[in-house]
Amino acid sequence: MRLKLKDLPEENIFSSGHTACAGCGAAMAIRNIAKVLGKEIIIYVPASCLSVFNGLFPSCAWTVPYHHTVFENTGAAISGLSRAMKRKGLDNVTVVGIAGDGGTADIGLQALSGAAERNEDVIYICYDNEAYMNTGVQRSGSTPHGASTTTTPVGKLMKGKQDFKKDVPLIMMAHSVPYVATASVSFPLDLINKVKKAKETKGFRYLQVYAPCVPGWGYEQSKTVELGKLAVECGMWFLLECENGQLKINREPKMKNLETYLKMQGRFRHMDEKQIAELQESIERKWEFYKGYADLTQRLYSGSEASV
Amino acid sequence: MRRVVGSNYATSHAVMRARVEVIAAYPITPQTQMVEHIAKFINDGIMDCEYINVESEHSAISAVIASQAAGVRSFTSTASQGLALMHELLFSAGGLRLPIVMGVVNRSVGSTGGIWVEYNDSMPQRDCGWLQMYVETNQEVHDMILQAYKIAEDKRVLLPIMICSDGFILSHTVEPVELAEQEEVDGFLPKYEARHSYLDPKDPIASGIVTPREYRQEFAYQIHRAMLEAKDVIGEVNRDFADKFGRDHSGLIETEFVEDAEVILLTLGTVTSTARGVVRELRKKGKKAGLVKVRAFRPYPAERIAEVCKDARAVGVYDRSVSFGVGGPHYLEVRNALFDSDVPVIDFIGGLGGRDVAEADVRSMYDVLLEAAKTGKAKRNIEWVNTRGVVLG
Repeated sequence: MRLKLKDLPEENIFSSGHTACAGCGAAMAIRNIAKVLGKEIIIYVPASCLSVFNGLFPSCAWTVPYHHTVFENTGAAISGLSRAMKRKGLDNVTVVGIAGDGGTADIGLQALSGAAERNEDVIYICYDNEAYMNTGVQRSGSTPHGASTTTTPVGKLMKGKQDFKKDVPLIMMAHSVPYVATASVSFPLDLINKVKKAKETKGFRYLQVYAPCVPGWGYEQSKTVELGKLAVECGMWFLLECENGQLKINREPKMKNLETYLKMQGRFRHMDEKQIAELQESIERKWEFYKGYADLTQRLYSGSEASV
Repeated sequence: MRRVVGSNYATSHAVMRARVEVIAAYPITPQTQMVEHIAKFINDGIMDCEYINVESEHSAISAVIASQAAGVRSFTSTASQGLALMHELLFSAGGLRLPIVMGVVNRSVGSTGGIWVEYNDSMPQRDCGWLQMYVETNQEVHDMILQAYKIAEDKRVLLPIMICSDGFILSHTVEPVELAEQEEVDGFLPKYEARHSYLDPKDPIASGIVTPREYRQEFAYQIHRAMLEAKDVIGEVNRDFADKFGRDHSGLIETEFVEDAEVILLTLGTVTSTARGVVRELRKKGKKAGLVKVRAFRPYPAERIAEVCKDARAVGVYDRSVSFGVGGPHYLEVRNALFDSDVPVIDFIGGLGGRDVAEADVRSMYDVLLEAAKTGKAKRNIEWVNTRGVVLG
């Protein structure tokens, strides 16, 4: 049965009083994610905005067990936690890692890949704000083409990031894990139902959640949700779900209004027509790829419940 | 059960007997056999354990930190580059006060690369909040793995511990080893119950949360205190083990002929065995030579060393690694222990990259010490043993 927002409990698992910026997409997403996951969980958070805004000793916004050590080991740490729960016979406890996009697409990719290959019984959630925001907006593998960050600044010779966004969800699909999905803070129903499905699935589950960042992207703090919606409309982010190898597109993008999306944000404001055209071309190619991939995998894996 | 085995087998067997519940490890020469033996025990159904075949040593230590933080007895092992790769997380294990046991099979860290014994892998880890013990024989490796859990899990300690053994010299040399039976071990090391706070949805804690400057210093002070307390615990656990198993490894240090010794050599690891022969031979010749096998490097038994060396006229220190431009790390510890003594203290750096330290080399160390005892001073404080271009003394 699909969850509605009113089904979520009043009580916060990730409680108020945390220190995220006003309008933080990640904090909003995590609040709802945690409500779906419930209290029988253990959370691991690597170095990230979240590891700071969830409180510093002696305070903590988490009302569930919380573990943190370093930056690049989320996949390994949740593996250790999950195996410990197995030893204790605590099958009811869900082990969840919540990492940023830098901790996922860059420094943590190896440990993530290892955990996925072993099909560890964990949920890995990447909140994707498309740069290293905790250290003050440096580019990550997840930063989109053209975006200005402090390490891909707008200069006389080069303007913004020259490379394209790394497609981590696709990398995770290539690991043949039971569940891979993308979601967005701006589509809470889609988000909470994907979290619910992840929670009800066994084995390795990966969820990447689009999470606009006010200071990093340079927009009005009241526009977080609007911006997230626009991203899905224009094709800068897709809502996808891959279950046992079969990819499904949850929301057909219009593939329009890229420029409106870009112009709302300081990080893209410098982009000229040529750069915008390059970006448009890349996301259209990506969209065609996903449509084809969905068709192909629906055919290949139809009726298949088993491991892909 | 007495069997002729290498140290990797001895370690693996002891880990099985310790009823370890989560192991994450990654193969690296000369530790590789350890991950193989454990995999075989599990697949043969004689060991009941979660085994995580991770993709790196960084993930190995990350996983066992997490499983131990969840209150489950955990183990990992590595060597050389693998230990260097773990370095970042070693601080987390110490800082979170997790009684993890790690088997370190010592090997040099490149460049220039090699696969043979040197302590430049473990020595640089001495300030991470881990206990470190160095062993001489395969029996001692086996026994110390069992003792290690008891030491680390003692509520006065609650710190991780490395059992360091010489790569190849122990790992790939078979010796008769008395492998403990399950009932014996159960009587010595009871089933694990976490004595530290651990991750449990019924009683949530925050483990490893970022700590501002107002608090961190006290955490560090507590680790320092626990490390000092560990000196007593190592001795107590050794006595308990000796009572139950009939093998006494002497705790922090072991001595030979030190009571009336004019010159004393302090060793670590397998060089001790070579030195035992030399010191007995010197005694037969009427030379007042003594030997101290230093077993604990963290905590360093400075008081014991000072007491044992108080009447000596020259003290030598064997080092299998270098702090470049200064001397051996072991030498620095001994200088600290003997800071108010005017006895010459001489560092003997040798055996790097697995170079053999033969009886002749140890004899030359004692020659230098006997000469210094006669003159009351050292010609040089840092000696490089059996090194091209260097003449000893």
